[in-house]
Amino acid sequence: MSDLMELTLRVWRQPGPDADGEMRTYTVADVSPDMSFLEVLDVLNEELAARGEEPVAFDHDCREGICGACSLVINGEPHGPQKRTTACQLHMRHFADGDVIDVEPWRAAAFPVVRDLVVDRGALDRIVGAGGYITAPTGSAPEAHATPVAKDAADEAFTAAACIGCGACVAACPNASAMLFTAAKIKHLNVLPQGRPEAGTRVLDMVAAMDAEDFGGCTNVGACATACPKGIPVDVITEMNRDWLKAAARSRKSGR
Amino acid sequence: MRTTIALKALMAVTGIVMLAFLVLHMLGNLKIFFGPEDFNAYSHWLRTLLIPFLHYGWFLWILRVVLVVSVVGHIGSAIVLTKRDRAARPVRYRHAPPASSTYATRTLRYGGAILALFVVFHILDLTTGDANPHFTEGHPYQNLTASFDRWYVAVFYMLAVVLLGLHVQHGLRSAARTLGVAAGRQRAFAALGTALAAVLTAGFLSVPVAVLAGAVS
Ligand code: HEM
Ligand code: SF4
Ligand code: FES
Repeated sequence: MSDLMELTLRVWRQPGPDADGEMRTYTVADVSPDMSFLEVLDVLNEELAARGEEPVAFDHDCREGICGACSLVINGEPHGPQKRTTACQLHMRHFADGDVIDVEPWRAAAFPVVRDLVVDRGALDRIVGAGGYITAPTGSAPEAHATPVAKDAADEAFTAAACIGCGACVAACPNASAMLFTAAKIKHLNVLPQGRPEAGTRVLDMVAAMDAEDFGGCTNVGACATACPKGIPVDVITEMNRDWLKAAARSRKSGR
Repeated sequence: MRTTIALKALMAVTGIVMLAFLVLHMLGNLKIFFGPEDFNAYSHWLRTLLIPFLHYGWFLWILRVVLVVSVVGHIGSAIVLTKRDRAARPVRYRHAPPASSTYATRTLRYGGAILALFVVFHILDLTTGDANPHFTEGHPYQNLTASFDRWYVAVFYMLAVVLLGLHVQHGLRSAARTLGVAAGRQRAFAALGTALAAVLTAGFLSVPVAVLAGAVS
């Protein structure tokens, strides 16, 4: 196999939340173009373990682009250079022999580093906890066509629901704003008949939860949508702004 | 006002108020090309507008109050939001991210701050006269040409106008997003922002250029 590559990785190493961190340089040889980026880190970690050094901590789970756990900023870009691709689905054929690659964690005050490349994304869970659900009596599954959903509403909901909650939008935003994530989570319920009854309180509560975390605000730059591995469009932010302004006006009128 | 969306909406609305004012202001300035009588008469008309419903000068004062409220609201929310945005990324990336923003978005804050300084100077220069050694009340044409005869004033003015153009170019499209204008109309707003930016820049620039070139004196 002559197409194997040798790569230089500069990786952020930080032993714990309050420890100082630094970029440390490693060489990984015999990288196949068919490996994923995470597999290169696996190889590096095996070598580190063999040498008796601490392996690089990084988040991962499904490795098929659907869970949102992997969270690497590769050469300054969340999830790396490939559009609409998570780090776990990023293959090494997009790199060349001899490349020097910088790997850093998501950088945001709201995402404190736990260790090395692992950050705490609990802030996103708290936003979802504030209204990313519907209130419905549970029981056996309802009949599938009991609530008709218009085709265009279903399409819009699916587009927004594609958000895997990875946080790349926050990592890419110059203000570390979570507007794209929050807007996607609000929209995917607000356009459906099941979500509509709580649409107003949902947008108010989830935006309040977002503002209670250490995220910045949106300056309409659009870096979030460029970085998003699931192609969530920036328009969801515009719609959230509109829904919030309407709901805020209405709740002021009703004295809430 | 803890929510970013409310602050941004305040910024958008006050920005649009200032923008509307600037379009009228620019068109008024072009009267300089019709000579001192026309220009000074226009200035007088601004003070007698809506008489007898209002008293002499009231129209202008109402306009000034609206503008001051807008400027304070706009800059106040800009400062609060900018502080929050800076604090949201305490540790920067070692590997600089690729440029995702345009020049206009990146100059919004410093450009805005320079614009604020310019507005202060502009008022001292041409409204109160404190920064204009040849100032005479009620003769704006002469005050203006005397001011621009100082080349460094003309240069500062032109710099501020270019920054204003950049600011408006991003500002209007940003305001449209902030206020939730439907996706289908976003492009129209972005185009309007660019067109207004170009027209404002050209219109405001024409006056100092004409004075420097000696076409207006
Ligand atoms: C001279 C007249 C000015 C006009 C016509 C104007 C207009 C606007 C408009 C329409 C916006 C868009 C609001 C939005 O994002 O929704 C904006 C944004 C902004 N303006 Fe101004 N502005 C002016 C002066 C200033 C000044 C003096 C500052 C001083 C700091 C400033 C700072 C900003 C900042 C930081 C934004 C941020 C926009 C964002 O967050 O996306 N502006 N401006
Ligand atoms: S909007 Fe995109 S980038 Fe942001 S969390 Fe969802 S999938 Fe990730
Ligand atoms: S590991 Fe699940 S999306 Fe990457």
